[in-house]
Amino acid sequence: MSDRIDVAFTVNGEDVRAQVEPRQNLVDFLREELQLTGSHVGCEHGVCGACTVRVDGAIVRGCLLLAVQCDGRRVETIEGVSDSGDIADLQAAFCERNALQCGFCTPGMLLTAQDLLTRGNGAPSRETIRLHLSGNYCRCTGYHAIIDVVEEVALARTRQAR
Amino acid sequence: MKPTSDMPAVPTALDRPNSYIGRSVPRPNLARLAQGRGQYVSDVTLPRMAHVAFVRSPHAHARIRTIDAGEAKQAAGVLAVVTGAELAKVMSPWIGVLTHLKGIKSAPQHPMAIDRACWQGEAVCAVVARTRAQAEDACELVRVEYNELVPVTDAETALDPATPVIHADLGDNLTFERKHEAGHPDQGFADADEIVETTFRFGRHTGVTNEPRAIVADWNPGEQRLTVYQGTQAPHMMQNLFAKHLGLEEHQVRVLTKDVGGSFGIKVHTYADEMATVALSKLLRRPVKFVADRLESFVTDIHARDHRVRAKLGVKRDGTITAWEIDDLTGIGPYSVYPRTSGIEANQVVNLVGGPYTCPNYRARARVVFQNKNVMCQYRAVGHPIATSVTEGLIELAAARIGMDPLELRRRNLIPDDAYPASGPSGIKFEALSHHACLARLDTLMNYAGLRAEQAHLRARGAHRGIGFASFIEVTNPSAAFYGVGGARISAQDGATVRLDATGAIFCATGVTEQGQGAEAVIAQCVATAFGVPIERVRVVTGDTDNVPYGGGTWASRAAGIGGEAAWQAGKALRQNVLAAAASILQADPRALDIAKGTVVDADTGRERIGLDEVARIVYFRPDTLPPGFQAEMVATRHYVPRAFAFAFTNGVQGSYLEVDTDTGFIKLLKHWCVEDCGTVINPQLVDEQIRGGVVQGIGAALFEHCVYDERGQLRNCTMADYLVPMAPEMPDIEVDHVVTPTADSELGAKGAGEAGTAGASGAIMNAVNDALRPLGARPITDIPITPDVVLKALGKI
Repeated sequence: MSDRIDVAFTVNGEDVRAQVEPRQNLVDFLREELQLTGSHVGCEHGVCGACTVRVDGAIVRGCLLLAVQCDGRRVETIEGVSDSGDIADLQAAFCERNALQCGFCTPGMLLTAQDLLTRGNGAPSRETIRLHLSGNYCRCTGYHAIIDVVEEVALARTRQAR
Repeated sequence: MKPTSDMPAVPTALDRPNSYIGRSVPRPNLARLAQGRGQYVSDVTLPRMAHVAFVRSPHAHARIRTIDAGEAKQAAGVLAVVTGAELAKVMSPWIGVLTHLKGIKSAPQHPMAIDRACWQGEAVCAVVARTRAQAEDACELVRVEYNELVPVTDAETALDPATPVIHADLGDNLTFERKHEAGHPDQGFADADEIVETTFRFGRHTGVTNEPRAIVADWNPGEQRLTVYQGTQAPHMMQNLFAKHLGLEEHQVRVLTKDVGGSFGIKVHTYADEMATVALSKLLRRPVKFVADRLESFVTDIHARDHRVRAKLGVKRDGTITAWEIDDLTGIGPYSVYPRTSGIEANQVVNLVGGPYTCPNYRARARVVFQNKNVMCQYRAVGHPIATSVTEGLIELAAARIGMDPLELRRRNLIPDDAYPASGPSGIKFEALSHHACLARLDTLMNYAGLRAEQAHLRARGAHRGIGFASFIEVTNPSAAFYGVGGARISAQDGATVRLDATGAIFCATGVTEQGQGAEAVIAQCVATAFGVPIERVRVVTGDTDNVPYGGGTWASRAAGIGGEAAWQAGKALRQNVLAAAASILQADPRALDIAKGTVVDADTGRERIGLDEVARIVYFRPDTLPPGFQAEMVATRHYVPRAFAFAFTNGVQGSYLEVDTDTGFIKLLKHWCVEDCGTVINPQLVDEQIRGGVVQGIGAALFEHCVYDERGQLRNCTMADYLVPMAPEMPDIEVDHVVTPTADSELGAKGAGEAGTAGASGAIMNAVNDALRPLGARPITDIPITPDVVLKALGKI
């Protein structure tokens, strides 16, 4: 397990060079080696979505991707996406509507919601929103408030785009 | 965005200038969490910190013959391999009993099994290494030889003479039994025109907190102090237990609770592996971290429910209920969980059955038995979903039997809203409830008549929709009657300390904790209103036994009603202190002054007199200018515990509207409603979201969640792919509304709301499914979860 592999990629725009164990998954690497603890570990088998991050712009499960697979790629976490301001409206709406309680699922939920909202098909229906968030587990809210917020932000962005 | 709540009337006693009571103030801690900048225990790292992984028993019941750790000790990164016998020298065992649960018994439990493992997943050996991965690698090198013993898995046969006794010293497998009889049940059944009798079965399920249990223990031999970072709902309770079982004084232990990734009652108990982690830190004199992985969560986080209830109801043709009878049996694993015991849920079932109704004739028996499965204990809405499903299931079966509308049958039997104070058939005391007002509101909110018409219309077209209800009561604001009287050192009272800082802002330290419910916001609302500052000027501190008043924490829907009242009183007390200082500065009568929006004003006209920043400046930096003999006190502490009633019962009613696919057995939830009465609503949005989250946990129990054990005591669905939880697409929108009946036991009048949703949802859904299937001649479904095969079996299709 000790044969480490050299990798180089960017995380939130910063160059990262590291020697990683081949077995280390991306979310463990982010949390343990880079102290980016905003990506959470919930199930470690790809069901709960708490570890959702972006790789080359696409949302992925940080527990189902190995760190070595990210060599040469562009990784973004909730910390970077927060700093960039890309989802500031979504974050503000989540807080205003209390669409998070314990907050553990929230980074993954936000990135998944943003993924839907950037697909450019106009404001999605509540059913579409529910389906798109189907891989993100929230034990606290019952989802209703989250659906409200995504719907609201989608409408606001659509209005703005006009 | 749809409107999600209306604004309940604000009681006039709380109508301070610029009151925050009754307003949906956003929670102060959310931006941090939404940016991924929270600090959960799983995020905590300390210098020299090591990680522990556990070798766990693969057998439900086995004697441990030998543990060979030789190879594991040589593995990369390993710092120590410790057995149960070695750890027992550092930490004493515990027994989960309470004196007020008469006759309850359990066996001593150690942090790790010593010579016998009693459930699949019990830790038998600990491996401590520099990384978790190294610890797990070395766990695979520990060789444990077991002699398998016959496991006791079926609660129904646990008390049979032929069944092995799990703990020989106890004599049998009976943990606890309670019998209760009130009124004249035999006469009641004799007077009935119809008797409805059935058996309800409730599957075992568990909390599945998104963040698994996590703990970092740091014994510092230089300080002789233990600091524990723990995702717990009850820091002071844990401080006591860590000290007691490590042989320390309580002041040597500090428990810090930062962000908690979900709790729901899962994180309010003593877990053997967490106690082991604390003991390992003491043994190894360095910080040790344990975070359960998901597999460990499924086999060691407390499970709940798993009740079999034989139930009977007598009813007259005019709808009068004449008697209730239940016989509850529940299997709780091999140990009663410490310190709250595993007898409470069955006890609650006896307490709560029939609770909303006037019929006093009631006979109940509850038996709690040991078995070789994971332990069971209190989880969100303890006992309520069972009692509510049994009561409300019987009500709707009876309504169908006598051909009466289910809401009408309830109207004829619910305790009248003007009949309080009143008692339930088990003797529980109600201060003031509003069943009829809630029912009337629900009727309107859901357009019941319209839904019935739609149901009939679609039925004719082959779509089978159902409407189901559940009236419920909820135990909140518990007094010492819950645990303290039974000898557990679990605080019933709670405190708040408020302090004016040197710029006129307020710090508030509270004994209640935050796990996402919004306790911090509610405390801030109470303090800001009572004292008179903008809420942005209030900072709330929770979860630190060194720095907050002694308190119980957050469970049993107590944070707002008990912690909020303490904060309210502390805010008022500090206002008086600050006004005394301001009066001294202004040479005015303190009774003529008030504080509004952070400024001292004339009470009658609101004219601004002096800013809090200026009062603070003078008090802290120029006290020499104050009159001789005047000492300003800028800190106030107040405590609160309910005294007039053992519990502040709340009430409400839920409605479910769903459609059953009779070919596949799939159930589509169309809409869910809840009207409830938690007294004064401090923050309508937070209450509504507690209800919604609770409802969905109840839906999980009704339709999906089930810990499936085989006859050998092996849990067969230990992943989130196999154990189904509610996800967004299957969940309905949930409409919430309130009736407001404040408790007179506190000035705020707030009762709890955390468990109402879970209490009623599964019963309402079960009733709706039966309503959908009844015209098809289906056998009534009384088992949950109602999976597609249960539906198809009820229809006789498989």
